[in-house]
Amino acid sequence: MLESLKGAWRYRQFIATSIRHELVTRFARSRIGGAWMIIHPLSMVLIYALILSAVLSAKLPGIESQYAYAIYLTAGMLGWSLFSEILNRCLGVFIENANLMKKLVFPKIALPVIITGSCLINNLALFVVILVVFAVLGHFTPSTLLWVPVLTGITVLLALGLGLMLGILNVFIRDIGQLMPIVLQFLFWFTPVVYPAEIVPPSLQAVLAFNPLFHLVGAYHNVLAYGQAPSLIALVGLTVLGAGLVFVSALLFRKASPEMVDAL
Amino acid sequence: MNHTTKVTPKPLLEVRELGKAYRRYRNELMRVVSWFSTVQPQEETWILRNINFDVAQGEAVGIVGQNGAGKSTLLKMITGTLRPSEGYIRTHGRVAAILELGMGFNGELTGRQNVLHSAGLMGFTHAQVDAAMDDIEAFAEIGEYFDQSMRVYSSGMQMRVAFSVATAFRPEILIVDEALSVGDAYFQHKSFDRIREFQRQGTSLLIVSHDKAAIQSLCDRAILLEQGRVLQDGMPQDIMDYYNAIIAKKENDKVEITPLDSGQIQTRSGSGEASITQVSLHATNGNPLDVVDVGQEVELRITVAVCADLPELVIGYKLKDRVGQDVFGTNTWHTHQVEQQLSAGETLTYRMRFNANLGPGSYSVSLSLHSSDTHLTHNYQWVDHALVFQMVNMEKDFFLGSSWIMPTIECERQAAISSESNESV
Repeated sequence: MLESLKGAWRYRQFIATSIRHELVTRFARSRIGGAWMIIHPLSMVLIYALILSAVLSAKLPGIESQYAYAIYLTAGMLGWSLFSEILNRCLGVFIENANLMKKLVFPKIALPVIITGSCLINNLALFVVILVVFAVLGHFTPSTLLWVPVLTGITVLLALGLGLMLGILNVFIRDIGQLMPIVLQFLFWFTPVVYPAEIVPPSLQAVLAFNPLFHLVGAYHNVLAYGQAPSLIALVGLTVLGAGLVFVSALLFRKASPEMVDAL
Repeated sequence: MNHTTKVTPKPLLEVRELGKAYRRYRNELMRVVSWFSTVQPQEETWILRNINFDVAQGEAVGIVGQNGAGKSTLLKMITGTLRPSEGYIRTHGRVAAILELGMGFNGELTGRQNVLHSAGLMGFTHAQVDAAMDDIEAFAEIGEYFDQSMRVYSSGMQMRVAFSVATAFRPEILIVDEALSVGDAYFQHKSFDRIREFQRQGTSLLIVSHDKAAIQSLCDRAILLEQGRVLQDGMPQDIMDYYNAIIAKKENDKVEITPLDSGQIQTRSGSGEASITQVSLHATNGNPLDVVDVGQEVELRITVAVCADLPELVIGYKLKDRVGQDVFGTNTWHTHQVEQQLSAGETLTYRMRFNANLGPGSYSVSLSLHSSDTHLTHNYQWVDHALVFQMVNMEKDFFLGSSWIMPTIECERQAAISSESNESV
């Protein structure tokens, strides 16, 4: 584990240029280039904020704004999108880079690090846009904003732990790559992102509590929508779970590593 | 006896009892289970086994073998992308491979950005790459294209940048694949020079090629792989002869090798439907020769016994120099003298007369009997080193090389032109 972290540090140059190149190539030969990085999340937030609020204009208890639903939705989306983006990309990371791994020797941990870096940049752009839009809508929760980096860290831990584990297994059992998008769909709807947790019947609430993302997205809601500190017990629980997943992934990786290139 | 005791340095590469197996499990889930338990694979396919060799500092070793012999698997294990299933590889120093030039290049980025990225992939830091950047740019010689996006490059230009960055830092072990045959002649020479220079500085080379000339001119040693095993390890020319024989080999053929007094190895192969019974070299007056003067007219006499009815018979001969490079070769197919409809029991005597316009040194004659134009179709017999003779320069002016191509030299001298006598009409 320590060894591979050292490897990642030795390859920091490769990691840095990879992240940069990913951004550069995404916007290469487009006129306004990097501005698209803001426009995409902005349009998403605006659609939620304006259209959904106008159509649904549902007030939520605890948020003093006519845009309450939009704010709730975007707050949850910030967490969910980071989680699902990292998970989705980790799932295919080894298969997509098969050629590279077959031909060159480099610490393979660099690959998920690159994914994390690039997802974090996307998430940061979304976060900045959200803050601006919230300010325009007159919704501001300065006291709890400092929690966002903590939540981001926990999200990364969970997504990486689960994503790497599935990514490694996906090299050998390709069905996982097909199954996961479906599972993610279910997970999305079993997590209160587009609906408030309160509307779920109490009998189901208990079931929902087994979903770790229920607590993660809940924390995002608390911090960004309600301006409250998140539940510490939930955060500690999530961190332990995330660390455990990362540990299992590292173990799996050590075992799978000698046979990984054979199977690619 | 030479008494200078050379300190033999530790080999840069040690390969011991190396083997690679691909394991198959009942299903892939069992493979995952096997990592944490004692579940045994259902089937093991050994791609390579019992491979042992060392490569010393500055040594160039050719790896030859037919497709599927395990060459790439071996190289991948030496590079480190594949893990051995048994045995080990010990390397001292960095291993670089010119296998896949331009891996990870991105068309949207400039040459310079790609160089930075791919050197990063080789594990170099920004500062190290920056320090080498001017050299890389200069070596690639693609001018201002270096700062343009790579999608406008020709494949040759991309190759140049890729080679420049791959060899920007001298590795201890360099693996060279046939990749080197890309690019124009000028750059090929330049890249060979660089590889040679690395070798002089102590880099060991591992060269994979089917090109006989490349193996023989570049390598000190060659290793022949066949079905995942080292079939032979020795002098490049011997290995290449043997390899040649294997390619020509047919089901009922046998390949036979005999060490000669000269220390070389004779390879004999073929179906035996026709065979060479006698080979000798004579002066024009009929006297046998084994030392030939430069430019002397000689006669090569070959007796062939036909052992089966054959529709056609072609005989070919080839002169090779001391290191096994071809000097001259032809056959009776090319000279339009194919013998037709031969019956078993016939004997043919060939007399081939030529002027031995060869440089001093020892030469060998390889012979082949076959149908049609090459020995690859119906190989009746193939004999390497069928005859060895010495060339000496007895009376000609001194010259270098293996060919005697004496020029007539003319020289015109003009007196220096002083400005006064410059009369232009």
